[in-house]
Amino acid sequence: MDLNEFLRRADALEASARTLVASLQPGTRLDDAKGRLNAVAAEEVAALRAALRTLPPEDRPAAGQAFNRLSQALTRVVENYAASLRSANSGVGATDLSMPARTQWRGARHPVTMVIDEIAGIFRELGFTIALGPEAETAWYNFGALNFPPDHPAMELHDTLYLRDDVLLRTHTSPVQVRTLQSYRPPVRVLIPGNVYRRDFFDATHAPAFAQLEGLAVDEGISFVDLKATLAEFARRFYGGTRRVRFGPSYFPFTEPSAQMDVGVGLQDGRGLRWVEIMGCGLVHPAVLESAGLDSERYTGWAFGMGPARIAMSRHDINDIRLLYDSDVRFLEQFTS
Amino acid sequence: MIVSYDWLRAFAPVSIPAEELGELLGAHVATLDGIERTRLDLEPFVVGRVVESERIPDTKLSFNKVDDGTGTLHEVVCGAPNVRVGGRYPFARVGTEMPGGAFTIQRKKIRGFTSAGMLCSAAELGLGTDQAGILELETEALPGTPLLAVLPAGDVRLELDVLPNRPDLFCQRGIAREAAALVGLKLQQPPELSDLPETPAAVLGDARATADGLTVQIVDEEGCPRYCAAVVRGVKVGPSPEWLAERLESVGARSINNVVDATNYCLHALGQPMHAFDVARLGANIVVRAARSGERLTTLDGVERVLQGGTLVIADDLKPVAIAGVMGGRDSEVDQSTTDIILEVAYFAPGRVRASRLAAGLSTDASYRFERGVDREATLEMLRTGAGLVASLGGGRVTAVLDVGTAPGAMPPVTLRAERLNRLLGIVVPVERVEALLRSIGFGVTRIGEEAWLVQPPSWRHDVSRDVDLVEEVARLVGFDSLPDELRPFRPGTVPDHPLHVRSTRVRDALISQGLLEARPLPFVAGDDRTHVRVSNPLAEDEPHLRTRILDTLAHRAEHNLARMQANVRLFEIGHVFAPGKGSALPLERMMSAALVMGERRPPHFTEPRPPAVDLWDAKALGESMTRAAFPGADVQLSPSGEGELLWLITVDGREVGGVWRVLLDAPPWASPAFGVEIELGTVESAQVAEPGAHAHRVREDIASTVEPVRYRALPTTPAAVFDLALLVPDELPAARVAGVVRDAMGELLEHLSLFDEYRGQGVPAGMRSLAWRLTLRHPERTLRDKEIEGRRGKLLRALEVELGVKPRA
Repeated sequence: MDLNEFLRRADALEASARTLVASLQPGTRLDDAKGRLNAVAAEEVAALRAALRTLPPEDRPAAGQAFNRLSQALTRVVENYAASLRSANSGVGATDLSMPARTQWRGARHPVTMVIDEIAGIFRELGFTIALGPEAETAWYNFGALNFPPDHPAMELHDTLYLRDDVLLRTHTSPVQVRTLQSYRPPVRVLIPGNVYRRDFFDATHAPAFAQLEGLAVDEGISFVDLKATLAEFARRFYGGTRRVRFGPSYFPFTEPSAQMDVGVGLQDGRGLRWVEIMGCGLVHPAVLESAGLDSERYTGWAFGMGPARIAMSRHDINDIRLLYDSDVRFLEQFTS
Repeated sequence: MIVSYDWLRAFAPVSIPAEELGELLGAHVATLDGIERTRLDLEPFVVGRVVESERIPDTKLSFNKVDDGTGTLHEVVCGAPNVRVGGRYPFARVGTEMPGGAFTIQRKKIRGFTSAGMLCSAAELGLGTDQAGILELETEALPGTPLLAVLPAGDVRLELDVLPNRPDLFCQRGIAREAAALVGLKLQQPPELSDLPETPAAVLGDARATADGLTVQIVDEEGCPRYCAAVVRGVKVGPSPEWLAERLESVGARSINNVVDATNYCLHALGQPMHAFDVARLGANIVVRAARSGERLTTLDGVERVLQGGTLVIADDLKPVAIAGVMGGRDSEVDQSTTDIILEVAYFAPGRVRASRLAAGLSTDASYRFERGVDREATLEMLRTGAGLVASLGGGRVTAVLDVGTAPGAMPPVTLRAERLNRLLGIVVPVERVEALLRSIGFGVTRIGEEAWLVQPPSWRHDVSRDVDLVEEVARLVGFDSLPDELRPFRPGTVPDHPLHVRSTRVRDALISQGLLEARPLPFVAGDDRTHVRVSNPLAEDEPHLRTRILDTLAHRAEHNLARMQANVRLFEIGHVFAPGKGSALPLERMMSAALVMGERRPPHFTEPRPPAVDLWDAKALGESMTRAAFPGADVQLSPSGEGELLWLITVDGREVGGVWRVLLDAPPWASPAFGVEIELGTVESAQVAEPGAHAHRVREDIASTVEPVRYRALPTTPAAVFDLALLVPDELPAARVAGVVRDAMGELLEHLSLFDEYRGQGVPAGMRSLAWRLTLRHPERTLRDKEIEGRRGKLLRALEVELGVKPRA
């Protein structure tokens, strides 16, 4: 047998194997099919294998490759027949296309992250970038630099977890305002997401650690109108244009004037309209700008802060904040996209 | 803070309804948390119109048909003489409960007539004593209109969330002052404070004064800058008149007796805490001083307290009789037998009251106001009002007034420039308007030049020290809501996205696309003081530490899921971990990404009812993909580790960043093994950026991506040669070493190498395994000749034999 004959016989065998399987009575059992194929092919395969050794050495590699191809092809023929048997058995006759797809596990963003990402997306379009900072902070960055008077009752709104006398777990993301203003020259337009800590017991409505989202814009000529316009635009994009918003007075040591933004919940026609506070905001207090070494006459700015967990809870009707922390897969899986 | 609509109107006679007033205050003064009518029991009553009326013979009764807006006329028997056709009256339908719970209206037969409802008199509604007839409503309102809409009966409570910088709003007059300013009225003196008895001229003293047998001495001037006292003799202690009890009840306080109620009236109406001592139970001397450590005092609440040294107290010659600004003592309390009293009105230092309150753990209406600051100049005037009220309510005479020390006085004036005001607000407020607004709430305004003012804050405002504070006053009085909200041009910022945010976002996206669920658990753990950062005032003593790795948290979360019969856990978290700082007070803080997986690899399907469990190779893949997502383009290596549960150590460009672990859980027997990956995304900088008041502005140089772009390789034009290689490899020889030798030996021709089989058993000697690789060879320019391939294969086998002693499987 020379190389040409070897290759021809290998091709022929592959072809006859295909023909044989194609001509099988529908429903022939896999073992019977294998038996019939063996009967046709076993002898020829053995002959070809033997021939491999008798061919001249220079022809052997090509013959060897052809032989390998043949064995793979024979295996495939059998596997395909087995697969066709399986699919034929799974529906009588035609495939039942109503049966479920083969799926993978689906992943999910945490509902709080979804809120943060969505809000960040809106502010990105309004020219904001993302700034981060440490969760363990100095008392100066957390309070002093933000114009908290020492020993003032305002500090008690922030029941603080301390690590040392002057080191604490930040009670808000506002320290990052000062860090950012110390690091970069205005104009500054940043959004600051992060975890903050309060000495609150863990119950249905409180958690000792939670996410906060803060925004800061500082430049020459920034006014309360810019604050209001940007936040109202945010609310239109986040809640939809039909939601009403309003601004009312508030107090934070680090903003002056301070305000809060409420959105109308329920019917928007006045009857049954309920207002829910969404964020605190205000013009950056000059003392904060001065803490960061900025000229508070030249630069002005505005800032806001909000709680993404509260928004996540209200939009998903989550009535117990602990669900957000438990990490129960049955809860988290509900937020797969 | 509860505001009584009626009480407020005694100071500022606003004519707008309570709801409207609430809205106005909410928009300009403080958040309106709630609004509640005190006569909610009148809610079910409606306007009823009599459409037919006839007398029932031989009685004083009439039989009427009443329209209540429902479309059905109700038959009502009525005994009042003043029923007339066309009249509108308060109507109680069947089922309505009468005020006070007296009875519920029922359908009944009277003299053969059915009565289904009741027309009501003022007395029956609790609106006075007039029961001569039913209450004729002077209204054109449609039948069925709620009665309260046409007859706003009773008081309305407005609940305001007053913020800590505005202690002046913690009283009815304070809110009334704002309300008056908003509607353009002047504040007035309520009738109950008009025509109070005269009080004698004050006896003054710097640190000490004496009058009518009483000596007041301030020893601790820092704690008590000013102390005023009045002596009222011949008082008859008894119940308060109805108007006073009602006033106090309207804001949630309780009526006690006329003297105590007079002081509480001043507290709630004027914001000034006052205290009354019984002269008979107090010595002739009042001393304001710091307590000596260990002194005792039983306060009004009946608790005996051991005072901390330094606590500011009011004392007689021997002992403390009150914790200054917090609570009086029981021994000097005014009761029914009291005839002569000393009334105290003082200015205590806010910090000292706060210290006393914290030390005693006792927060009171008084301490709340003193801590935030009371009116600095009204001390004596408040005392005269209080003493006058006591005398007018309890009889008696004010025999002496003492005024010792000096309060700090109002805040210094502040300069405000119109240009600055308008620049901050973004609108132009006319100068006359600015002046009118500030004056309307008590600020003194003097113009300096054309475009600036010198503004004197009133003595009750301690929160105004800079021009921006005045800008806030103008802004809120103008109304935040009235400002325009059109977007104006802005300049883009100089701050690049934080690199850790960019990195964590990539990792999060990658993990979610691989089917993982994001968790955000609480970060507290039980750790070890040597390795963990401890919270010095933790909430839970069993978890006082900050975590050093996220996998510990995720392991607990996995156990939480297992306890709820959830076997397929695939959680990840991106968060911060903490380690004690080296040479720094701040901890070393790092951002980590971690994932924990266990259970079925995929959801079951009818073609695969029992999917295989996640194993270490899945975990290795997760480690690789997480790290590659975090560090794109970098050289990511997972090297086997035999240390404990650590399977692989992960390095990025040779730097260790994390690992892949077997995670041991407290798990039920049905749970499959758990695996975890944790890598460090980066250190979170916490060092001080610059000194307080300074900056260290920089330009970020590393904004451009440092990731080397992928270089495109030309698609092959020559055929590949593929062959398989099965080798007998000793168990202790790592496959990676064999693969390394294969790569070296095959050189650049080797396009792809994949390990596709591992086999132990028949035909393979013990201590060995058969490993099979598929090699794909390709020359970039020509077809490889068989001889060449054979040659390479032979060389490879020799290299394997020489370098590793590995032979092909026969």
